Amino acid sequence: MLSFIGRSLVQKLITLFFVAVVSFLIIHLAPGEPSEIDPLNPKFTPEIMERMRQELNLDKPYHIQFYLFYRDLFTGKTVSWKDQRPVMAKIWERFLNSLPLFIIGTLLTWTFSFPLGIGSAINRGSPLDKSTTFFAYMLISIPGFFFAYILIILFVNWLHVPVIGMETFGFSNAPPLFQIMDRTWHTVLPSILGATAGIAVLSRYVRSQMLEIINQDYVRTARAKGLPTETVYYRHALRNALLPFVTMFGLILPGLIGGSVIIESIFAWPGMGRMAYEAILARDYPVILTVNFISAVLVLVGTFISDILYMVVDPRIKL
Amino acid sequence: MDIQTDNILLDVRDLQVFFRGDRTIARAVDGVSFQVRRQETVCIVGESGCGKTVTALALLGLLPSPPAEIAGGQALFNGRDLLTLEEAALQSIRGRKIAMVFQEPMTSLNPLFTIGNQIEEAIRIHNRLALAEIQERCIQLLTDVGIRDAHRRLADYPHQLSGGQRQRVMIAMALACEPDLVIADEPTTALDVTVQSRILKLLRDLKERHHMAIQYITHDLGVVSSIADRVYVMYAGMVVEEATAGELFNQPGHPYTQALLAALPTREKRGQRLYNIAGNVPHPAYKPAGCPFHPRCRYRITTCETDLPDMVDHGNGHLVRCPVVDYPLEEL
Amino acid sequence: MAETQTNQLSATGDSALLPPPRSPRSEFWALLRKNRLALSGLIVFGLFFLVALIGLILTTGVDPVVDPSTVRLQEKLRSPLSKANISSLRPEEIPFMGVYLLGTDDLGRDVFARMLQGAWVSLTVGFVAVGISVFIGIILGGIAGYYGKLHIRLDNLLFFGLLAAVPLATLSGNIPAAVLAFILALPLIGWLRRQSDQATVPSPRNQFAYLLRTRVFSVDTLIMRMVDIMLCFPTFFLILTVVALLPASLYNIMIVIGLTSWMGTTRFVRAEFLSLREQDFVAAARVLGLSDARIIFRHMMPNAIAPVLVSATLGIASAILTEAGLSFLGFGVPPPHATWGNILSDGKAFIFDAPWLTFAPGIVILIVVLAFNLFGEGLRDIFNPKLRERN
Repeated sequence: MLSFIGRSLVQKLITLFFVAVVSFLIIHLAPGEPSEIDPLNPKFTPEIMERMRQELNLDKPYHIQFYLFYRDLFTGKTVSWKDQRPVMAKIWERFLNSLPLFIIGTLLTWTFSFPLGIGSAINRGSPLDKSTTFFAYMLISIPGFFFAYILIILFVNWLHVPVIGMETFGFSNAPPLFQIMDRTWHTVLPSILGATAGIAVLSRYVRSQMLEIINQDYVRTARAKGLPTETVYYRHALRNALLPFVTMFGLILPGLIGGSVIIESIFAWPGMGRMAYEAILARDYPVILTVNFISAVLVLVGTFISDILYMVVDPRIKL
Repeated sequence: MDIQTDNILLDVRDLQVFFRGDRTIARAVDGVSFQVRRQETVCIVGESGCGKTVTALALLGLLPSPPAEIAGGQALFNGRDLLTLEEAALQSIRGRKIAMVFQEPMTSLNPLFTIGNQIEEAIRIHNRLALAEIQERCIQLLTDVGIRDAHRRLADYPHQLSGGQRQRVMIAMALACEPDLVIADEPTTALDVTVQSRILKLLRDLKERHHMAIQYITHDLGVVSSIADRVYVMYAGMVVEEATAGELFNQPGHPYTQALLAALPTREKRGQRLYNIAGNVPHPAYKPAGCPFHPRCRYRITTCETDLPDMVDHGNGHLVRCPVVDYPLEEL
Repeated sequence: MAETQTNQLSATGDSALLPPPRSPRSEFWALLRKNRLALSGLIVFGLFFLVALIGLILTTGVDPVVDPSTVRLQEKLRSPLSKANISSLRPEEIPFMGVYLLGTDDLGRDVFARMLQGAWVSLTVGFVAVGISVFIGIILGGIAGYYGKLHIRLDNLLFFGLLAAVPLATLSGNIPAAVLAFILALPLIGWLRRQSDQATVPSPRNQFAYLLRTRVFSVDTLIMRMVDIMLCFPTFFLILTVVALLPASLYNIMIVIGLTSWMGTTRFVRAEFLSLREQDFVAAARVLGLSDARIIFRHMMPNAIAPVLVSATLGIASAILTEAGLSFLGFGVPPPHATWGNILSDGKAFIFDAPWLTFAPGIVILIVVLAFNLFGEGLRDIFNPKLRERN
């Protein structure tokens, strides 16, 4: 067990190092530099450009730049090239904005997809199964931005509630109850949108997993013992069917930082996704690289957690 | 008929199970009748695909439906028709009155529960017992089926046991509620030959000790000779011959049974080429008219191609579904 | 009486007892016909292909039949099916058949023509991107599955290290180091090879050379770690970053989507190959002395192709969605060219006044992606041997 943890930590650190190298190379090998972002602007004379390059260390060889960047990252000194603010503070602020969307979205996803998936697997071919299958395919296939606009049209036309942004402009002086209501209405759409695709994919996955298990010999054995149908399904089948989802618990983590670029930009939601989008537009390398790095860390931590969980849950895996 | 009717535990009459495809209907079990008396071992013999397992699963209501469909017949168990029982009533019979041991011990135990847990469950659903009693009974059962250190084995997971041990656990589970009938569906097919004979011996001993009946499903005539009291031979979803074990081996009636026996390696046939039945078992959806065996039969007469023969009684409970019997076996 | 017929076991009568033989292809079609959702997916896919092809022909050339880029400011935001106001238009500006089938956008461009033009974009992005990812996936997965047990030795590693040093040094602007590495590389590599090739058994004299033969990691480890590394990137964000940094072009989008989505295929192919490798027919092929290439491509690949096809079909769906998302955010294909994503993006300012600008591309994307998803899932069911047996 300990040796597994040790080995896997070393492995993940190596992976992380290569992720850092690759993302650094991708960014720096692409043509163009942030100093050239606006070549027509008369303020950017060659001298100023040269000074900028020096300030941003862009004139140094790549390995030095790499070292300097990650040294700053680990000592928390990285600053955004766009507005000179510390990257970590920036990310934290945006992270707090994205967090409610993430939490509500994840809760919706996990609470809806399991009952739907299990229900349609057990009642295979029933109206419930057929309709969830239909909606799942629709939701998987619909472009998020198109769905967002449909919902916006519906909400605005029928419910007459404002949905763009985190709160209605000029509402900060309103009574607290109104403010809370306002915030809630603004949160509903983006979080539903964040959850729909997840519900569709996950419920399909749960369904196919459950169907697979229901046809196993040991489920037949359980029935042959005379167990009631519910016990067969929810004790014997479900436990086996849920095994793979233990690993998915770990994979939620990266969603923390990802945010959805498209949804946040449609709803003008000042979250992580939108910040990343703006950073890309401004070629704000420190922000891009930091977001990338943190999300890689989260992926690795997530897979690590799922490995451990798997060992705890599945008696066949012993290390 | 010299059968004491009150002694009959299970009486299956004209059971039909069909699998409905898009354009075809596979008549997997096509009018099967058989009886199992109390404390008797009945073997159902036939090639794979002849409907033995489907028959057994149909009795316990374990067939997935659709595609399976019970199209007719009765299965009277202690006077109640299993085929028309509600699911709840069936559940109280499964495990308690009729238990089943499956072919694949490797996959028939739930990998996420300890074997103790799985045996306990079988006891608990049908009996109200204190925890300690259940525990004790589990250990007793495991010891009965020949697992040493039973109290320690309870906490093991199936993957920690060998195939033979798992099959012993399956048998222990089947015995948990002292059923009247154990249906064993090729329990030894997936096991090594040495393990196989030990499991067979175990089943024989347990049958004596627990006064139960066994319906043993197999394709292996060697197994039949070592365990059976009476035998039903199945071919293409039908019973073609019914006899006591001794009669069957000494005076096989149906040409199919004769062919099966001729294909069996014996000491006398050393050095000779073994007999091989020409042709294939018909696909359940494309059965020939008349006797299903007629295309492969050396003795067929014209009516075999059009009319399904009836079971002909030859006395001593020996019934053969063939209009022309009494051929010399030596010819094969 | 019985004797007379004893020896007539007709072979012809026997075959009637088995289900009629079906070739794998006819069985595939039979299963597909039964799976109505998958069949409709395939039909829509065929239609989409035709429309995209026709669209390409009709919208290109000097004088295209339907012109996606003619600006008619006096005809802006006309609703679908409205007749063109012919009197105010010059002859070359009149839309196909004089009707705006899907209305016009804020610049008076014919949305129908733009949708036709966009169809080809979506089609090529889907197919080329998936083609790239499947190609990489099959190669890497195949190597990992078939040659995975081979080990990379220390001298191999040094060899590649030296090779890699040259471009790396060049890139970081350190020309003298690059030249030095280049000069050193060739003789050093030769020396390393000679040393390690000779030292097959350890002895006090060749300790260093024997050290060179140390196995560092297996080929499988190498490839699977590459997959792990790629999986660490947030995909859409990565694609967005690269597309934003590169000059705007359709080809860049295809390549980038392809280069960031090969991991799934690699895993499938590897898993299939690992299990196929152990099967008897592969052992038989090896015993016959067939070459590795022949074993891999003639014997193993056909057996591994089913999951690849499924994931490729689903991959096309997701590539079309990704491209639409990128266009929607304003990246990718440069402006005058229409894509479904940028029609929708242009229309977002008018969702209440001109909803057709949102709904036309939105619904079409939905239908096409749905078709690919349904067909892909259908293929998965058809290829699933467990489901096959039930028929």
